[in-house]
Amino acid sequence: MRKVIFKGTALPLLLIAPQIAVTMIFFYWPALQAVWQSFLIQDAFGTTTQFVWFENYQYLFKDPSYYNSMAVTAVFSTAVAVLSLGLALLLAVMADKQIKGAGTYKVLLMWPYAVAPAVAGVLWLFMFQPSLGVLAQVLRNLGLDWNPLLDGTHAMVLVVLAASWKQISYNFLFFLAGLQSIPKSLIEAAAIDGAGPRRRFWTVVFPLLSPTAFFLLVVNIVYVFFDTFGIVDAVTHGGPAKATETMVYKVFQDGRLGGDLGGSAAQSVILMAIVIGLTAIQFKYIERRVHY
Amino acid sequence: MVENRPLSTLIAHAILWMGIAIVVFPVYLTFVASTHEPAEIVNGTMGFLPGGLPLQNYVDALFTGTKQIKSTPVLQMMGNSLVMALVIAIGKIAISIISAYAVVFFRFPFRMFFFWTIFVTLMLPVEVRIYPTYKIVSDLGMLNTYAGLTIPLIASATATLLFRQFFLTIPDELVEAAKIDGAGPMKFFRDVVLPLSRTNMAALFVILFIYGWNQYLWPLLVTTDASMDTIVYGIRRMIVTSDAQTDWHIVMATTMLAMLPPVFVVFAMQKLFVKGLVETEK
Repeated sequence: MRKVIFKGTALPLLLIAPQIAVTMIFFYWPALQAVWQSFLIQDAFGTTTQFVWFENYQYLFKDPSYYNSMAVTAVFSTAVAVLSLGLALLLAVMADKQIKGAGTYKVLLMWPYAVAPAVAGVLWLFMFQPSLGVLAQVLRNLGLDWNPLLDGTHAMVLVVLAASWKQISYNFLFFLAGLQSIPKSLIEAAAIDGAGPRRRFWTVVFPLLSPTAFFLLVVNIVYVFFDTFGIVDAVTHGGPAKATETMVYKVFQDGRLGGDLGGSAAQSVILMAIVIGLTAIQFKYIERRVHY
Repeated sequence: MVENRPLSTLIAHAILWMGIAIVVFPVYLTFVASTHEPAEIVNGTMGFLPGGLPLQNYVDALFTGTKQIKSTPVLQMMGNSLVMALVIAIGKIAISIISAYAVVFFRFPFRMFFFWTIFVTLMLPVEVRIYPTYKIVSDLGMLNTYAGLTIPLIASATATLLFRQFFLTIPDELVEAAKIDGAGPMKFFRDVVLPLSRTNMAALFVILFIYGWNQYLWPLLVTTDASMDTIVYGIRRMIVTSDAQTDWHIVMATTMLAMLPPVFVVFAMQKLFVKGLVETEK
């Protein structure tokens, strides 16, 4: 709270107006519409709508394909979190050692952040495209009948690889910043007490890094939930047989061309609840970090 | 370093190079493909070295696009992406900095209500309100326009919070001095606040430019006219499942071109990029 301020009411209202206008028109209004629509069922021609209370939700929770999309999202987020956090942590620990060229390594590892998820998807699709992909050929020579266009597991592996690849740089930068904020004196003290590098990592460094790791975990989950839409759409279209249909992708598919707008809206509302939950968790963490 | 162990240093270098190899390989392969004849790519005889067409595929992509599935020339798509990225980045910075200025330097009715109204939107990504937002844009007649592509994405809680945080650190004495000198709020904004915010604006610009350039779902929804395609979404339209119809050589050149501007921004403005990344996550 500032003590010294300017007088006036019209000017500040004018200054804040554009932001509020855009927020109201493109955030609150559609969000309310989503909630309202989730209580409605429209007939196939869009001529009559009926208020049906929670029928869309009930229908959703009886629908096996909704549970499928939840499972896909859970597997997808877990795999991406493990793979990209693990690799990023390993790289950050190595780059944190005061070795020559650490700055260069950092630059060479951070640029994939700038690659669009959909483009990352195309890069990996090309390498693993069953008929012409270079790495697909390698797999075939090894005797694996690789085909992400037909095999659901293969498709999932492909989107996980593409999504993790893009996320490594982000996780790496935050882990590195976290590592560099740990006082070197603590590590030296542990070394004087006779702890070797491995023991120092697990008893000193890792616990001090856990707030960063937790923060990144939440960010990675949010990333898989929302930002991987482009990867899924470019690489698999949610297929084969819905094997890579994430919850967001299902919202998109179900409401497409005015299909099931009520069901799609109900899914949107559930997703909103999930985002609010995840954001709340993140804020709790940030409060804690301030005390550190 | 705590102790000097040549072997562990060597391992560190090796692991970092391995990491870089993982990160670079997919892009390298795409680059290789973008320099080959279409037949070499489709037959799988491409190999791991650049081919004999250093520029041809790029020229074809930029001025013609893919032929089997007719696409918009990539140059036009890049133009659309550039407009989208710039308008989103500059627009977000502009409307956030003035709204943060209002919230911090004034007292007015419903101030905190407005602040929270903006703040809560952190929790509403486009993805959770796909069709209702689409419908509003369509009702406003903004489908297939730059306005439709950019304005709905321009509100930003993150940027507003960042500027608010920064404005709170501007010392009261500075405001006091300006008032004594007879400077009004707009003069203070122009002559003191804006120059002080330069680094923050630049860091934010780097992140928001990348954000705008890389949008996918939004262009997919609001553009149906191929001439409005952005490059990131346009690539997706060039790829067909029955792969005999995909002009992979053009797709690969387009992919390289799609990565070029945002990656260039990261390399050219490393410090600002890292600053922006860390600060927008607070």
